[in-house]
Amino acid sequence: MSEAARSPALETRGLCKSFGALQVANSIDFRLEHGARHALIGPNGAGKTSFVNLVTGALAPSAGQVLIDGTEVTDLPQSERVKRGLARTFQVTALFRRLTALENVTLGIAEREGVADDLFWPSGRHQRVIEEAYALLESLDLADDALRPVNMLAYGRQRLVEIAVSLALAPKVLLLDEPAAGVPSGESGTIIEVIERLPPEIALLIIEHDMDLVFRVAQRITVMVQGGVLVEGRPEEIARDPEVRRVYLGERTPS
Amino acid sequence: MATEGLVRPGISAGNGATLAFARRHRLHPLEALPWVTAIAAFLLFPTYLPLGAQILATILFALSADLVLGYAGIVTLGHAAFFGTGAYTAGILAANGWGEPISGLLAGALASAAIGVVSGFIVLRTSGLALLMQTLVVATLLHEAANRASSITGGDDGLQGMQVWPIFGVFRFDLFGRTAFIYCFVVLFLCWWLARRIVHSPFGRSLTGIRENVLRMHAIGAPVMRRRLVIYTISAAFAGLAGALIAQTTGFVGLGFLSLDRSGTVLIMLIIGGVGRLYGAFIGVPLYMIAQDRFSEVAPVYWYFWIGLLMVLVVVSARGGIFGLVDRLRR
Repeated sequence: MSEAARSPALETRGLCKSFGALQVANSIDFRLEHGARHALIGPNGAGKTSFVNLVTGALAPSAGQVLIDGTEVTDLPQSERVKRGLARTFQVTALFRRLTALENVTLGIAEREGVADDLFWPSGRHQRVIEEAYALLESLDLADDALRPVNMLAYGRQRLVEIAVSLALAPKVLLLDEPAAGVPSGESGTIIEVIERLPPEIALLIIEHDMDLVFRVAQRITVMVQGGVLVEGRPEEIARDPEVRRVYLGERTPS
Repeated sequence: MATEGLVRPGISAGNGATLAFARRHRLHPLEALPWVTAIAAFLLFPTYLPLGAQILATILFALSADLVLGYAGIVTLGHAAFFGTGAYTAGILAANGWGEPISGLLAGALASAAIGVVSGFIVLRTSGLALLMQTLVVATLLHEAANRASSITGGDDGLQGMQVWPIFGVFRFDLFGRTAFIYCFVVLFLCWWLARRIVHSPFGRSLTGIRENVLRMHAIGAPVMRRRLVIYTISAAFAGLAGALIAQTTGFVGLGFLSLDRSGTVLIMLIIGGVGRLYGAFIGVPLYMIAQDRFSEVAPVYWYFWIGLLMVLVVVSARGGIFGLVDRLRR
């Protein structure tokens, strides 16, 4: 039991994946501690999103293990991993576009609460699910948009709904795949604020190109290059690391 | 529950906004329209009741296709597999000494559901064109099986000698089609009620989620394969009921019941009405079948041309079917 208490919220051991000759994950050992604020950065094509897909089970690894809270989940389908507290957002918004924001969140809560297999009673009867969905939208300042179809919302608002849907799953581990991607710079502040306000017990892994966001939120940073981990450390260590500056940060070191 | 802290029951703003959302399943007065129309047709056109009964049963067939295509986004070209299975099951029973209609109907639904669950287990692993082809293959296999087993099915000549007993031992199937019409009406009504329960349930909403974004459904932990298999099976049972109804009320089953033509026509009727609306079938099927009946009388040789023209008009001017057109006019 005490062994389990010390195991990280999310761990990968020797995770490998290749598509033919292309190795997108090269023996990745990674630990995400409980309540962590951890960023994963790296140049385009470094394998960051593939890593997320391997962890969530959307991709099957060629070798290696994935563990959630010390339990191996490598062979479990996505739905089982979600039940164990693993949730993600998508780099390109993946919502139910023609459904309202409220419905988007309601679907997530219905899955979590196990009411989504009810095929006889009206969904409106599950009042608690709807109230919770609304409260969640309200907490993200989305109450005014609750009854609008998601594809009618500004992109920045859609990114917030994206986060709301993942929060609906009451995650212990949340993987945010470029949460501010495609958002006009004026609106990305709202998204950073929302991320900063997330419950501290959720372990966060943020994949991001926006260095402002990374250095504002992250307490640890992992740098990936060509499917492998180049270096991991505290933000100030990463910012100073000459190798990292060479392959990735370039001139854009934080001020 | 980890997020229990987020739940604040009874928040006033939430109640107002969520109330309409929670009441979407309530009946709208317009939903009585199909049933009022059917009853009026029964009273006003006593000589057209056999056609009316066929229309009602075909609405059920199209409704079953809407459940998989319109709600779960499963594109199928093999729905006749289930329609034909139901028809042959009820027909073979009635031709071999068991003409009790209700049990024949249920046997048809069960047989179709069985084919649905077994074939669905295989074909639903794919999507898109691969899925389309596989549904087509299932129907073709059954079609060929029925052709080969001519000692049971009558093969190319169709099934002969069905004897359907009176319903509850009382209501005979009369020449004017009165019993047939009421029989089809009642079965369609019960199935519509059930389908309506399903599409408004959390399960039904999750099907819409699968249609809208399957990637996201996986990401929120939905057992997508199981959900699709369940609705595929339910839909197969409904299609089986429709086939059994037509078999029992017309006294005939032929290979055409399992044909690609049948699978395609039901989609055309559904698309004319509107897909994913529950009521598209109620508009498209009568329109198509009444047009077919009229055209074939006026222009026996060319009636397919006129059906084709109608189809082109719908596709060009009314995307989303008649329902889509009504939607745009209301805006």
